[in-house]
Amino acid sequence: MKSRSYLLISFTVITGIIFILRLFYLQIISDKYKKEADEISIKKKFTFPERGYIYDRNGKLLVANQTSYDVMIIPREVKELDTVQFCKLLKITKKDFIKKYKKAKRYSSRLASVFLKQLAKDDYAFLQEKMYKFNGFYIQKRSIRNYPINSAANVLGYISEVNEQLIKKDKYYQQGELIGFSGVEKQYEKDLRGIKGVKRFQKDKFNKIIGSYKNGTLDTLPVLGKDLTLTLDIDLQKYGEKLMANKRGAIVALEPATGEILALVTAPSYNPNLMVGRKRSKYSTLLIKDTINKPTFDRGLKAQYAPGSPFKIVNALIGLQEGAITTKSTFLCKGGYRYGKRAHAFMKCHCGTYGNVNFERAIYKSCNTFFSNTYRRIIEKQSEPKKGMDIWSAHVKSFGLGDYLGVDLPVGNKGRIPDGDFYNRFYPSFKWRAVSTISNAIGQGQVETTPIQLANMTAAVANRGYYYTPHIVKKIKGKKLDTKFTTRKLTSIDAVYFEPVIEGMLQVFEKGTGKYSKVKGLDICGKTGTVQNYIKRNGKKIALADHSIFIAFAPKDNPKIALAVFIENGGYGSRYAAPISSLMIEKYLFGKTQKPYVEKRMFTDSLLQKEYRKILITNDTIEKFE
Amino acid sequence: MRNSNSNIIGIDWKLVILYLLLIFIGWINIYSASKTEVHYEILDFSAKYGKQLLWIGFSFFLIIIILFIDTEFYKQFAGIFYLISMLSLVGLFIFGKKINGATSWYSIGNFSLQPTEFAKIAVSLGIAKLIGDKQFDLRIVKNQLKAILILIIPALLIILQPDPGSALVYLTFFFVFYREGLPKYYIILAILLLITTILVIKYGYMYIEIGALLLFITFIIYAYNYKKYFLRKYWIYYIGFYLATAIFIFSTHFIFTNLLPQRHVDRINLALNLVKDTKGKGYNTKQSEIAIGSGGFFGKGYLEGTQTKGDFVPEQHTDYIFSTVGEEWGFLGSTIVIVLFISFILRIINVAELQKSKFSRIYGYSIASIFFIHFTINIGMVIGIIPTIGIPLPFFSYGGSSLWAFTILLFIFIRLDANKSNEW
Repeated sequence: MKSRSYLLISFTVITGIIFILRLFYLQIISDKYKKEADEISIKKKFTFPERGYIYDRNGKLLVANQTSYDVMIIPREVKELDTVQFCKLLKITKKDFIKKYKKAKRYSSRLASVFLKQLAKDDYAFLQEKMYKFNGFYIQKRSIRNYPINSAANVLGYISEVNEQLIKKDKYYQQGELIGFSGVEKQYEKDLRGIKGVKRFQKDKFNKIIGSYKNGTLDTLPVLGKDLTLTLDIDLQKYGEKLMANKRGAIVALEPATGEILALVTAPSYNPNLMVGRKRSKYSTLLIKDTINKPTFDRGLKAQYAPGSPFKIVNALIGLQEGAITTKSTFLCKGGYRYGKRAHAFMKCHCGTYGNVNFERAIYKSCNTFFSNTYRRIIEKQSEPKKGMDIWSAHVKSFGLGDYLGVDLPVGNKGRIPDGDFYNRFYPSFKWRAVSTISNAIGQGQVETTPIQLANMTAAVANRGYYYTPHIVKKIKGKKLDTKFTTRKLTSIDAVYFEPVIEGMLQVFEKGTGKYSKVKGLDICGKTGTVQNYIKRNGKKIALADHSIFIAFAPKDNPKIALAVFIENGGYGSRYAAPISSLMIEKYLFGKTQKPYVEKRMFTDSLLQKEYRKILITNDTIEKFE
Repeated sequence: MRNSNSNIIGIDWKLVILYLLLIFIGWINIYSASKTEVHYEILDFSAKYGKQLLWIGFSFFLIIIILFIDTEFYKQFAGIFYLISMLSLVGLFIFGKKINGATSWYSIGNFSLQPTEFAKIAVSLGIAKLIGDKQFDLRIVKNQLKAILILIIPALLIILQPDPGSALVYLTFFFVFYREGLPKYYIILAILLLITTILVIKYGYMYIEIGALLLFITFIIYAYNYKKYFLRKYWIYYIGFYLATAIFIFSTHFIFTNLLPQRHVDRINLALNLVKDTKGKGYNTKQSEIAIGSGGFFGKGYLEGTQTKGDFVPEQHTDYIFSTVGEEWGFLGSTIVIVLFISFILRIINVAELQKSKFSRIYGYSIASIFFIHFTINIGMVIGIIPTIGIPLPFFSYGGSSLWAFTILLFIFIRLDANKSNEW
């Protein structure tokens, strides 16, 4: 073969190689073409399964679904119509009609959009018969949530249309679909929603469906949403909400033996039915914009308060465990505790003893002097304050304080339990000692907890040294509960040290700060708390009425309920928090109360509202209120 | 190289088998590309795939006639064929029918014929006849001009239709001229011109002019220092060469910006990645890339291509038929088709080189070049590496004229080849 022949031969071979390389890139390396092809040529149609129902622990229906009917419009297909009749049927004005029509047209003239949301049932029945007269309009069935009982709004949460960010994050969702936005609806979204079914169709270049895709072999059927049973006792929850009327604060009640949340009350709250249907958009902005009452803020899970005196229980237990004190220890109380080098460094005590205070009296009378000495001994038992602080901190944290509890609800807070490193940062140029942190002894200072953490701490005491992670879901149909809720968590305190402390807590109702809330024939163990609090207004620190706090569990042996109650600016612990606690316990254990007059006072007391108005009257710059 | 066993009645069976394979694969892809829900009978002659089956049937009839005609006929009447073919191109301006913006068709009832396709046969025979003469020497400039004239006439007539894509095909005869003795520097010149043209379009003529000037100055300095003798003797040629280059660069720029129709400019710009496609000028190519790219390694399966079914690639059964192969048969199937085409072209070259008669060899080499350029431009366009130039893929693209023209082109060669033992 003549050598000049090789020019065309090599051109042919090289061209072939270039083509194959290019095909290799198009068909094997790049994956964008596959995606683009699917987008262009395949239309997906979804079938949505019914969302799971939600029940309380006794099987009462809390959340169900209802059918709603939307009038849909495809502007391009709308022909001449009798607008007067149409408007009359829909109960809208002609002006509304024009506005809605223009809005739909702006969105798309080819695609369907909602013309009128959620018709009343009677209107639907009537309209359905006349619909044939109106080209371009049709009625679409939708499923929306329904709350038969007006309660527990923040626990249940609500569902809403997915936003752009969510669609980007989770490819499952598409524009216009519903997703749980808060509470149980958000936490158990995947169980509740089920899985939507998909049918794929082949489109042509005119966007017309020309047949099924791969004969439907890739199509899937929808999977029904799972029903949930909550640990909540809805009667107790509702009762708690009634007790919290006109107040701000939270009640968290747990079953100590299981960690199940019996009631999670936050006040003020709202009616969950407001977040459904046509009224929704109006109310949701109202609720979210209410920065004074914060009805969507779950105080039970998120509000961080100084725990106050109930925290003395933990300090008493650590004192016994570390051998800083014994049940025989006494301290001299002269109406207060003096500490540090300066004369004015003085913590008042209201135990009213003026003499030697023993262990049990220290608890039921809430003696600040006794616990300040105890705390100081715990820290100073170690060679240096940092070491003592770390040991104390580890004990406290073993009660589930100072970190997220792991509750199965989407919001929460860590609280704050300081340790040695914390104070090294807190006092950067100061050699701190036990007395520098002495307020921790009585649950003030740098210690902060959320109501649910405090309730859980109470449950750990009731159980004599262990707890289960609090949780809101009892049963998911066809699925096992997460093992983290059935695993016992031990505190670092030996069981023997609990009895004397519990005895002291029992005496709170017999002789101590809670005696006015005693319930005949029931051994309740509790502890009051009264917490000072301040706001900053125009840079000035202003003292507000104290927060009223109470923790309790009952009965003393074999406890069935443990709870924590926070009433913001409610004054002494014995004034609001203690009676509410005992009423809650009575309601749960017996279904009724011995003291209807106390109950009535709690339902109607509007004294607190005056207090709040005082705080808020010139609230131009409230930086810290919680 | 060829053994006598494969030579049953003297024709090259390998070429015939490759031809039949390409025709068969081509047709099943046309079936997929033009099948609709309404038409599904294979022998439905109102559907495109049904008609193509008719054209294929008629091709076999043509093949038989060609094989029965004596080889001398093609040699003796080459000039006449050329004349008739050119007249048929001229006749288009009087009797032609305009389809898709080009007056390229004779139309009788429902039936349309495209003489442009058949002109390739006449030109190949004409070139073979001219250069095939024993005294013909391509190193002589006068002879070069004669050969180029044979190409220029049909090319100009086709450009005027206007169908510049089909006219471009005649550039491929440079391969033939080179094979038959055109001096090497023509090829080097052609390659340089092509590269310069692309550079001018891509980077603007100013830079290239400056670049050419710098190169020239560097060369002069070099020559002044080391080759003073040559510089003194040939300086006039050097300067002339430089000036010619400078003028060429400028005129390329001028033609591109002022004379070339906007749609061609757009296509070239798109292929050179100079502009992002905003107005959908590259819509066809994009759809074609999506169809091919979504095929993956094994393809979506025959008749399962979503892009093919949805008819998203325009002209898929004609110029873009290879996108059906890419989508439904994947990388594997596409590669096989490419390998088949390459084997086919290389086989023609191989057989051509074995010809004893110069006429047969040149004719064979001509058709190899024609198949090569159709293959390169069409698939290059469909997979998005060459500007949009609408010419058919031999044996694959739907259409009677191109199928028959390519069939005649090939089988005249097979006939010539079968007769070679009687020659000399």
